[in-house]
Amino acid sequence: MSELGIKAIAAYVPRLRMDRAAIAAAHAWALPGLRGAAKGERAFCSWDEDSITMGVESLRACLRSTASGELRSLTFVSTTPVFSDLQNASMVAAAAGLPAALSTLDAGGSLRAATSALARAFSGRDDDGDALLVSADARRAKPGSLQELQYGAGSVSLRVGRGEVIARFLGSASTASPFVDHFRAEGEVYDYQWEERWIRDEGYMKIVPEVVGRLLKSTGVKPADIDFLCLPSTIAGVVPAVARALKLKPESVVDSLAARCGDTGTPHPLLMLALALETAQPGQKILVVGFGAGADALLFEATPALAAHRPTHGVTQTLVRGVTDKHYTRLLSFAGELRLDWGMRSETDAKTALSQFYRAREQVVSFTGGRCTACGAIQFPVMPACVKCGSSEPMSRAPLADEPAKVATCTADWLMFYPAPPLYVGLVQFDNGARHIMEMVDVDPANFDVGTPLRMVYRIKEKDSLRHYNRYFWKAAPVG
Amino acid sequence: MATGIKDKVAIIGMGCSKFGERWDCGTEHLLNEAFQEALKDAGIEKSQIGAAWYGSALDRVNVGNSAIPASTALRLGGIPVTRVENMCATGTEALRGAAYAVAAGAVDIALAIGAEKLKDTGYGGLPVQTKGTLNDLIMPYASAPGGFAQLAAGYRAKYGVSKQDLKRAMGRISWRSHQNGAKNPKAHLQKEVDLDTILNAPMIADPLGMYDCCGVSDGAACAIVTTPDIARGLGKKDLVTIKALQLSLSSGREASTAEWDGSYVLNTRIAAKRAYEEAGITRPREQVSMMEVHDCFSITELVTMEDLFISPDGGAVKDVMDGFFDADGGVPCQIDGGLKCFGHPIGASGLRMAYENYLQLLGRAGQRQLKNPVYGLSHNLGGVPYNCLSSISILGLSSG
Repeated sequence: MSELGIKAIAAYVPRLRMDRAAIAAAHAWALPGLRGAAKGERAFCSWDEDSITMGVESLRACLRSTASGELRSLTFVSTTPVFSDLQNASMVAAAAGLPAALSTLDAGGSLRAATSALARAFSGRDDDGDALLVSADARRAKPGSLQELQYGAGSVSLRVGRGEVIARFLGSASTASPFVDHFRAEGEVYDYQWEERWIRDEGYMKIVPEVVGRLLKSTGVKPADIDFLCLPSTIAGVVPAVARALKLKPESVVDSLAARCGDTGTPHPLLMLALALETAQPGQKILVVGFGAGADALLFEATPALAAHRPTHGVTQTLVRGVTDKHYTRLLSFAGELRLDWGMRSETDAKTALSQFYRAREQVVSFTGGRCTACGAIQFPVMPACVKCGSSEPMSRAPLADEPAKVATCTADWLMFYPAPPLYVGLVQFDNGARHIMEMVDVDPANFDVGTPLRMVYRIKEKDSLRHYNRYFWKAAPVG
Repeated sequence: MATGIKDKVAIIGMGCSKFGERWDCGTEHLLNEAFQEALKDAGIEKSQIGAAWYGSALDRVNVGNSAIPASTALRLGGIPVTRVENMCATGTEALRGAAYAVAAGAVDIALAIGAEKLKDTGYGGLPVQTKGTLNDLIMPYASAPGGFAQLAAGYRAKYGVSKQDLKRAMGRISWRSHQNGAKNPKAHLQKEVDLDTILNAPMIADPLGMYDCCGVSDGAACAIVTTPDIARGLGKKDLVTIKALQLSLSSGREASTAEWDGSYVLNTRIAAKRAYEEAGITRPREQVSMMEVHDCFSITELVTMEDLFISPDGGAVKDVMDGFFDADGGVPCQIDGGLKCFGHPIGASGLRMAYENYLQLLGRAGQRQLKNPVYGLSHNLGGVPYNCLSSISILGLSSG
């Protein structure tokens, strides 16, 4: 039997990073105490990013790996899913261009949902293909709260199964507990937190050592053999203390990335795992722990195949793309915490014709154009007749999401209502001949003109403020 | 074998309301203002009109769809009235419908009337529109300036013009229209503006500043057409006849293939070629006496000069800076102020342009009057350059 483990992993952290000092400065009149926690920066979603779009980005990166094997399932894990009843997993799978013959499932309910889902992906499995796990969170925090400084946003996707694995699965252990360090009731926006000192003493220091001890015992691995401890926590000093209690090497504690992106929620243990895998040597052991109403602990061992996997689509690449922002009201506005006056132009009805959406799903969701069977021209949208030769023969599928492209025309539109003005818009010329008028995002105006290379990203096209159905489509972003 | 529209239709009366922020009246009143002027000019009774074409582009902020609002406002007495809508070419489309009906012999006298009430939206600029259930899913919502501003990027890339030089030429186009508009009592904007003010105005859609964009106005314009024979029978001596009426619509190649470089408007070129052929014009730069082009934005006017084959490709910047399109230049353009200053009530605009050419040809343009014009060209452009339609009409004095 071939090895069971992680075959590919990829991360996505939004480009926007809020300088925590800007948050604290805005609140200084009322909450001067925040200043002490206002170091570094935290990732936050642009207005058009959410757990679905971030999940699609990390999943696409994960699928770009050379890992092979039949795909069996996709689990989407989030405590901030976009839809409560409409499977987020199937929307993510479709956007990533995955085949329909796939078992999809949403999971959530706890910050350790991703580690729980990962443990499930390894347990009791027969040998019939690979499982994809997509974890993404865009966490909301009450303005002025400590969580507003601590929380981040991001996504991690993994492919697990048998075959050539980059990290061998050694075992897992879980514990369930009615330990309520924080909670968010159905329909509520913000988490409600209990005192950090209690969470540290009664939670992390008691629950984590127990479950890790059980895992080490069952796998026969000694604490000193653990090279990486991937345990997220926003509480200062708690992770080194857990490491000491478990007699792990002090240097095994993996950076929580608090200074770079903040706590991303369910993906965070996996984000730290992805970070560990960037430097892990074959044979090194990685302990991943998810905490929340109990805990999960999973143990991996890096394999020689890891060398070929990195450094593509790692944590470092997504982190270096960050752009520091000091406009705190941008974070508030994008998160829906602040209602700016966008004027009458914003008063449009964004109702989506769901029947039309389904009819055009291949174009809209997976950005699939058509290739004329008569003349070969690739085109988007797919109309009844070829744009070049007029043939009305049915077209074959021509995916565009990963096709290289460049700016053909562009402008920065300050008149149109756009939640992140200006609206960059222009014709996108794909190398394969297709062309489409598209919204352009993540633009650096100083380095943007006709000819700028572009890549495609999946984003929210429009938010329906009446029915709360987000309309998604592809946008073009500068490469890099 | 088709013989075209040349000299088959005469315009015997035209009218145009005052354009601008007409807080005092609705679409019905605007229609009536233009209609009464045209009736009086034609010297006919309303009952002599056999059919009408009514152009209105944005029904949701106007008087709704169908031609009933026009038929009712003008009390047209049960004759056939058709509403036409083809974006910014709507007014010219109304003229084309009426002219074709007369040329076909279906009616003796037909009315073309267009109106738009844009100032009941509560904000500046055009109303925000959706583009249909599929396009709403796959196309970005850019503003009109956002659509046309892209011509500047394409033009710069093709001809290597610097941002500063292009902006300056665009600014001069708007400066010239303000000079002309100041001489037009019906224009929306009747004030001259200096070039520095134009160049330093707030950005609307890069590189279009506020003065690179035309006025959004209320207004109506109309034409009464018949055959030259009937016109003469009515006692008309100097006859303005239609020399060409052309329309070209995109078939999607600009927006969906790599063939188009974004520096020109394909459909204007197609329509212009056909229109010159229909009118018998072989050297447009020498033969066209005056033009009212679709200067929705300064950059649009600049590329239109090349698309109409007046300036050579890449030569419009020089022609603009040389004053070739000024009132005293080689081919005066936007003598009435253009969309920029006369204003742009969409459904009326094509007819407003024909109105200026009509007045000029008959020597009735007052202080704007040009010397001995022979051909007056008007041009509309609907949609956005990469997905557009373009109409051209050419008027002249009857040779018959």
